[in-house]
Amino acid sequence: MASKAVITGVADTAVGKVEGSTSLGLQAEAAAAAVADAGLSLGDIDGVLCGYSFTEPHLMLSSVVSEFLGIKPSYSIAVQAGGATACAQVMQAAALIEAGICRHVLAVCGDNRLTGMSRDKAVAALSEVGHAQFERPYGISVPSAYALVAQRYMHDYGVTLEHLAGVAVAHRKHAMRNPKAQMRQPITLEDVAKSKPISTPLRLLDCCLISDGGAAVVISAADAARDTRKHGIGILGTGQMNTHEHIIASPSLTDFGCKQSSRQAFDRAGVTPADIDVAEIYDSFTITLLAELESIGFFARGEAGPAILGGALDLDGQLPCNTHGGLLSYAHSGAAGGMFHVVEAVRQLRGEAKGRQVASPELAFVHGDGGILSAHCSLVLGRN
Amino acid sequence: MSKPLPQPNVVTQRFWSSCKDGRFEFQHCKACGHNQFPPRLTCTACHGADLGWLPSDGRGTVYSFTVVHRAPLESFKADVPYVIAIVALEEGVRAMVNLRGVDPEAVAIGMPIEVFFEPTEGEYPLPQARPR
Repeated sequence: MASKAVITGVADTAVGKVEGSTSLGLQAEAAAAAVADAGLSLGDIDGVLCGYSFTEPHLMLSSVVSEFLGIKPSYSIAVQAGGATACAQVMQAAALIEAGICRHVLAVCGDNRLTGMSRDKAVAALSEVGHAQFERPYGISVPSAYALVAQRYMHDYGVTLEHLAGVAVAHRKHAMRNPKAQMRQPITLEDVAKSKPISTPLRLLDCCLISDGGAAVVISAADAARDTRKHGIGILGTGQMNTHEHIIASPSLTDFGCKQSSRQAFDRAGVTPADIDVAEIYDSFTITLLAELESIGFFARGEAGPAILGGALDLDGQLPCNTHGGLLSYAHSGAAGGMFHVVEAVRQLRGEAKGRQVASPELAFVHGDGGILSAHCSLVLGRN
Repeated sequence: MSKPLPQPNVVTQRFWSSCKDGRFEFQHCKACGHNQFPPRLTCTACHGADLGWLPSDGRGTVYSFTVVHRAPLESFKADVPYVIAIVALEEGVRAMVNLRGVDPEAVAIGMPIEVFFEPTEGEYPLPQARPR
């Protein structure tokens, strides 16, 4: 069945260290480029869904962005679900279109986390997701919370440090094919093993980047999409699951809501994980992707690590994944980090991923996770 | 800048006051029997509001752990490497602690621990754990 909501435009800005950038500026640049990619003008946008910003936080960010762009949307709201934000924006946009509330929705994110705040400040700000009374007094950080997951996951399923390192190396291999990626020098398993320890078992190269960058997607009603420039990409299925926020309240350290959110998205699209040609899955840490690949069902428990070392995530592998280089090697600039995954999925489905194109993909899976594997949102996208 | 200290509120005051008296208390649902921590206003299993408090005997095991080499805040930098653990107490609740009195290299999942209370710069001590 053809979907009612289609992605008609995508764009991202330069990423990495973007001197002189601002959160609002990156969002505006990405928004204008995505609208142009769709062949629309900003005046066609009647819905705006924003993410959040660390460097220019605002109580009403969506209104601020619309004001800055000089548009007057009839629907406007900010979405905050950590790393699940971008997928949640797309899911929300599809729902608004299916409900007949909007015709062309702009989902936009951007932050200058690298130049707009020091690395120390970014790490400190992120540590505030920890529980004020029952986690933060113990010196918790986001890497430490994911490290607690990694340690238990390794214990229960025989995952090794080499398996985790394999995830980092696979991402770098993808990023080396992407001229825009922030990190393009080759790395080996040994480089990962020798990188600075952050919070055991995670080392520096197990952790995502801190970047400047913006990204935007235009989601249109199928009938309105006839006037757009490119072949629309259908939003075939969406799903969410939210099980906790703080890691001390997580029902499990090895099984997460991505299982339910992805099942919902697959069921709504009428497909299975085996049908997916290309995947763009949240990779805030090496363990994040490994746990998600196995929880979602792309690999059996304990099998993703060896498969990845064997090239399973490469362009011609069993599941080409994070073909732009992911948060680990492409860029991670807050909510835009997750939007880069959406943008890349659309480029792959359109056949626009120059130099890193998966052969004729029909179906893509995108997943975002926020908090400590807390908020999950999944999308199945396809050529309509 | 000092370390983040617990700021008790109406939901957690009982817990922190008990810490001062050397007791780690968790909530017990009188309707369904569910034990829970951290404290909430209602039961996370049956959503009932009739919650009581029970003391833990402070015995448990390491459920997971990490040795922190990169502190998130200036105030923790002098402590690295320090161990953060999630401990599973025998009464069926889990809590985050720092593991003290142990070589970080020797920590393992399943290691038996006991809770103790460590003074802070603030009014309330923090529950922590050490091998038993």
